Amino acid sequence: MSVAYRKPLPVVDSRNRPYWEALRRHELRLPRCAACGTLRFAPFRHCPACGSEDTEWPQLSGRGTIWSRAIFHQVYFEGFRDEAPYNVVLVQLDEGVKLYSNIVGADNAEIRIGRRVEACFDDVTPEVTLLKFRLVD
Amino acid sequence: MTRRELSGVVAVAGVGTTKFGRLPGYSAEDLGIEAMDLALADAGLGRGDVDGLIVSRIPDYQQFCEMTGLDPRYVQITPGQGRMSGSSIQMAALAIAAGQCDVCALVYGNNGRSAGSKYGGEADRYGGAGGSVWFPYGMTSPGAAHAMQFERHAHLYGTTSLHLAEIAVAFRNHAVLNPDAVMRQPITVEDHQNSRFIAEPLHLFDYCLINDGGVALILTSAERARDMAKPPVYIRGFAQASALADVYVPPEDFWRDPMRRVAEEVYAMAGVTRDDMSALMIYDNFTPTVLFSLEGFGFCKPGESGPFVAEGQLRLGGRFPTNTSGGHLSDSYMQGWALNVEAVRQLRGECGDRQVKDASHVQFMLGSPIVSSIIYGKDPR
Repeated sequence: MSVAYRKPLPVVDSRNRPYWEALRRHELRLPRCAACGTLRFAPFRHCPACGSEDTEWPQLSGRGTIWSRAIFHQVYFEGFRDEAPYNVVLVQLDEGVKLYSNIVGADNAEIRIGRRVEACFDDVTPEVTLLKFRLVD
Repeated sequence: MTRRELSGVVAVAGVGTTKFGRLPGYSAEDLGIEAMDLALADAGLGRGDVDGLIVSRIPDYQQFCEMTGLDPRYVQITPGQGRMSGSSIQMAALAIAAGQCDVCALVYGNNGRSAGSKYGGEADRYGGAGGSVWFPYGMTSPGAAHAMQFERHAHLYGTTSLHLAEIAVAFRNHAVLNPDAVMRQPITVEDHQNSRFIAEPLHLFDYCLINDGGVALILTSAERARDMAKPPVYIRGFAQASALADVYVPPEDFWRDPMRRVAEEVYAMAGVTRDDMSALMIYDNFTPTVLFSLEGFGFCKPGESGPFVAEGQLRLGGRFPTNTSGGHLSDSYMQGWALNVEAVRQLRGECGDRQVKDASHVQFMLGSPIVSSIIYGKDPR
């Protein structure tokens, strides 16, 4: 038996379910407006660019670049206490959307703006897979 | 009526601040009431003169009116976000100019220290998408978002933590001269560098304080203000803009575009330029915001704010003494409100050891997803 997972878990709801179900299959999918083609992170009902409700969920490359990063020394969540100082990165996907995540398998000193990354999938519980990234250059 | 014609039409007639620090037992309303009564007394007025009310961070305007016996013609409430300080003062000025009220009390109360407010962790709602989306990655807090913005600035322009240290030290030196400031122990650049990291690259001394307190301002028409107890401080210009559409991530341009638009409007309305400013009040939730504001408002070129502050420009005696009270970093975390009061006190010449000589114009600047600025003047034109 694995030790109970103690970090915060996502709140899965009817809007974001396609995102989380795709991650369980180790696929990165984000909402894209079927009318104007604008890709977004947040699963709002209406496209922020054109207002259309017509949404598709294409699979993305999972490749991107570190736009910025911070190293958390402060412990805001008990579940992260043992890992502090831990990294949080803001990744810009090659498709343009930005999202926050963690880099796995690297020292904090290696995690720098401009480094190329690719998606990896962390099955943290039987129900939840988190999108994380590893350095590729 | 054009914006230019609104310049100098409304004035600050009274200001009030409570003690700052840890004030257990006082609610946000209690602190607001104390500040309001001080501000009214400062203007030579009483509660019966108030016919406009804007409360901020005070959770319920109805209860506030019950507690103070006020039945104002004009009532508004703004959320307890610092960015609302600039917006609220502009709302009051417009309500007075439009005749919706004659004497408007702006009342802010903050019991965050005693109530245990946290700006990271489960209660964090910073960013429009709702911070909880990112909790699984341990991402939380406005400080971390600013850390990432600063990291980006450092990457693009070579700005360093030593530049941030200059800001923290300058503002602390100002607080040392301010008997009402919370943090009055001098600090050095080394102290800043040795303070613990919170969200690296930001240290503890790059973060604002969290403390209790209340702030109030009384605004009225310039004409009426001239008959009150203190000399009026005129609202010469105000403007705002936003960068909210992608608020879940830091802006690509350090808010330069909305700041440039606000700067153009506020100087045009006030009929003055940057060079006319005797002092600056820059919203300093975190030290990097000061850098971004100096660039966005055109006090230096994009990317050059680090070297600009390193020249000592922000210190008393420098070209643009900034946050002469000590600001959010060292005076009090009154979310922009106390900086506006400091602007008024500088123009009245009430600042004692930290007084800027012959202060004629002071500019408040607020860098956030809602950018705002207010120019205060000693004279109406």
